[in-house]
Amino acid sequence: MSTPYAKLPAWADYGLIPLINLSVAFIVAGFVVLLVGENPFRAAVILVEGAFGKGTGIAFTLFYATTFIFTGLSVAVAAHCGLFNIGTEGQAYIAGLGIAIVCLSFDSVLPWWLTFPLAIVAAAVVGALWALIPAYLQARRGSHIVITTIMFNFIAASIMVYLLVGPLKPAASQAPQTRNFFAGAELPKLNWIIELFGAKIRSAPLNVTFLLALVMAFLVWLLIWRTKLGYEMRTYGHSPKAARYAGISETRIIITAMMISGALAGMMALNPVMGDQHNVAIDFVSGAGFVGIAVALMGRLHPVGIVLAAILFGMLYQGGAELAFEMPAISRDMIVIIQGLVILFAGALEHMFRPYIQALFASFSPRSVGMEAVKGKGA
Amino acid sequence: MAQAAIELIGINKSFGAVRANRDINLEIARGTIHGIVGENGAGKSTLMSILYGFYQADSGEIRVGGKPASIKTPNDAIALGIGMVHQHFMLVDNFSVLENIILGAESDALLKRSIAKARSELERLEREYGLEVDPDAIIEELPVGLQQRVEILKALYRGAEILILDEPTGVLTPAEADHLFRILKQLKEQGKTVVLITHKLREIMAITDTVSVMRQGTMVATRETKKTTVEELAELMVGRRVLLRVEKGEAEAGAVKLAVKNLTVKDSRGVTMVDDISFDIRAGEIVGIAGVAGNGQSELLEAISGIRRAVSGSVTLDGKPIDLTGAADPGELRDRGLAHVPEDRHHVGLVLAFEENENSILGYHDDPRYLKGPFLNVDAIISDAKDKIEKYDIRPGNPRLKTANFSGGNQQKIVLAREIEQDPGVLIVGQPTRGVDVGAIEFIHKRLIAMRDQGKAVLVVSVELDEIRSLSDRILVMFAGRIVGERGPEATEGELGLLMAGVEQEAAA
Ligand SMILES: Nc1ncnc2c1ncn2[C@@H]1O[C@H](COP(=O)(O)OP(=O)(O)OP(=O)(O)O)[C@@H](O)[C@H]1O
Ligand SMILES: [Mg+2]
Repeated sequence: MSTPYAKLPAWADYGLIPLINLSVAFIVAGFVVLLVGENPFRAAVILVEGAFGKGTGIAFTLFYATTFIFTGLSVAVAAHCGLFNIGTEGQAYIAGLGIAIVCLSFDSVLPWWLTFPLAIVAAAVVGALWALIPAYLQARRGSHIVITTIMFNFIAASIMVYLLVGPLKPAASQAPQTRNFFAGAELPKLNWIIELFGAKIRSAPLNVTFLLALVMAFLVWLLIWRTKLGYEMRTYGHSPKAARYAGISETRIIITAMMISGALAGMMALNPVMGDQHNVAIDFVSGAGFVGIAVALMGRLHPVGIVLAAILFGMLYQGGAELAFEMPAISRDMIVIIQGLVILFAGALEHMFRPYIQALFASFSPRSVGMEAVKGKGA
Repeated sequence: MAQAAIELIGINKSFGAVRANRDINLEIARGTIHGIVGENGAGKSTLMSILYGFYQADSGEIRVGGKPASIKTPNDAIALGIGMVHQHFMLVDNFSVLENIILGAESDALLKRSIAKARSELERLEREYGLEVDPDAIIEELPVGLQQRVEILKALYRGAEILILDEPTGVLTPAEADHLFRILKQLKEQGKTVVLITHKLREIMAITDTVSVMRQGTMVATRETKKTTVEELAELMVGRRVLLRVEKGEAEAGAVKLAVKNLTVKDSRGVTMVDDISFDIRAGEIVGIAGVAGNGQSELLEAISGIRRAVSGSVTLDGKPIDLTGAADPGELRDRGLAHVPEDRHHVGLVLAFEENENSILGYHDDPRYLKGPFLNVDAIISDAKDKIEKYDIRPGNPRLKTANFSGGNQQKIVLAREIEQDPGVLIVGQPTRGVDVGAIEFIHKRLIAMRDQGKAVLVVSVELDEIRSLSDRILVMFAGRIVGERGPEATEGELGLLMAGVEQEAAA
């Protein structure tokens, strides 16, 4: 047991601390902006306005958020079972194959509302199967899931490159991607929702997958906290010994949790592939799987937190693009630095300010502060 | 009385609605060993945590050596010469003894010089107090008794004049405990002050000079140890007379419920821990397994309950075999009426991060009573948990409270309530009352005897000889993985002790 952390009131735990972490990330980012000779306040205004100022910006922010909700949920489901799934990236990427097969086969015969469910199933199944192998190796052979899922990211990438420059590429084309889908595999936009509020939208890729993501967030909540399976996953996640004692099969629970995690990762591919590009192109996941880790951590592995964190990262993506455009001194790489700072302070250094806030609370009202760590001892 | 090392004046501390300490006044004289006893949840650990700077009191004053002290963090406490040995050690497992001792107290930027200095200081401490340990041994390779010694050295190295020990003997073998007490006496002779929290009243009688009793957050009495008795202390703790030995009638043993034949079990390193053991348990009897910890009792329990694979042999439950080779599924055994209260409630029997109600279904979460299709029936689970809380007087009585926030004895009651209330035919219990207060011990013993009287078969494994002797209808003694003798409940402590030490005594029996 390390430093005992205070139990803060819930509002401080879930509101104040993330807010402080974020503020610090932005202050440090501000210094970086200052360093390249730009005005950090103007940069902040551009970033926020770019993300939320106009209808188009909001739509883009939510489009990116959709992607991150899926990957964040994927990481969180595995984490509740004590598994660190770093393979979200590869599971999403390879799921593109499943979507490609469904879309290329049916896009000229079926309407979108029939293609979509088929594609959801295909994406989920392929993602789940891709997670199954590392899960099996962990459960039965003890190969560490962190290592195997990383390796499977590379394998997925190699397979997709091979397919996209070979079998899946139209003969005449130069680009490493499938042919463009027909209308039967194009998902309807959701821009009208934002327009309802009076905003104008030029063209933005926000589409029905956003709603699917919200439904999944609810289902994940239901799964983790309200089903027997979720109970078993949490038991194993907290204490494999207690799970063994309770008659929960290690093999079964690891494999199930990882397949659900993989299925959620796989569904992420629907958003860019069917909602935006209307083809499967090389590297369409582009790091969203890894962002999912940060989103899950920042969202405290809770679906509500994950949706909020995903929107924050969506904002950074969208506002960042805007910023790079408006301020030539700030390149795309700078945006990556800012995102990195947010991940650093909100994810990795989560607990940095906690002891100070605890001390502060303790000095104002010692009553409010109990302790997490010591009491576990039953001593 | 000599000058006070510590004075606590009017200490109050609440956790939400729970008043863990109310108006506590306590004076501890320098150069004495002072015991603190009290029921589970009485507030002993909380009080010591306040003294050591883990918690802040809501109100009250602490004086150290007569001067008012402000203790906000453990560092403040250390600076005032207060050291604490926790029940769960706070050592880095893969560091050496020496590295652990200087950790956080490095005196020099260069580790090498710190280590050299620490080594000579350590040698002095070891000589002075008889605390021998090899400074270069790696912590995880040391037995618990020695790890605890390292904790004590750590405190002394930081200049502790006052040493607090919270239930130090819970994890020790009797021989290790004896050694610890010799060390504590040595410390006292050198003028150090020792505060000892324990549930074992015998230890209090054996080693302390004065003893304070806590009940429900208040300090109810302080006595000179010479002038009190175990019975009086027990009564002060619980507020009523306590049966230190529960009355029970003759056993009426019926048919064989559980039969173990030639069972052999190895531990994870491949060492044979249970060596060709055979015994039966009948309906309506309690069989106790006595033995010094580490003689195969844990592995025996795990094998019977399906947690650990057996190498050879057979176990039958109600005449039907249990699959031992494929490591039988503990869930299936539960369905067949075998319930298990594991020795290690913190990591096996409970998930400390869960709410109390979630733990009250652990292992029985397949039961249709708690489910609605694939969903948990939360209302049913909570009302069921409430029933158990009431029946077993689990405190605080809130099924939504995180299990880690319950005191040790109440955690044990959560496990017992869950297993007993399933009404199993066979109940196997490891260390039923480890870390549990005398009142709760009485309660738990009564429950186990009631199970027996309802015609259930009960197997109890305990390192506490008193417990084994007062519960069992038959006593099996385990030594080095074998059963070295069987005795009736009238066996004397000396007789059992010799068997436990591996001294053959067949002739005397
Ligand atoms: N961090 C906490 N939050 C809420 N309640 C707590 C916390 N720590 C302790 N308590 C409660 O305070 C009371 C006193 O607990 P404490 O651990 O001091 O008891 P104890 O006398 O050491 O008991 P035991 O003999 O079982 O170790 C208990 O009712 C316990 O449930
Ligand atoms: Mg305690």
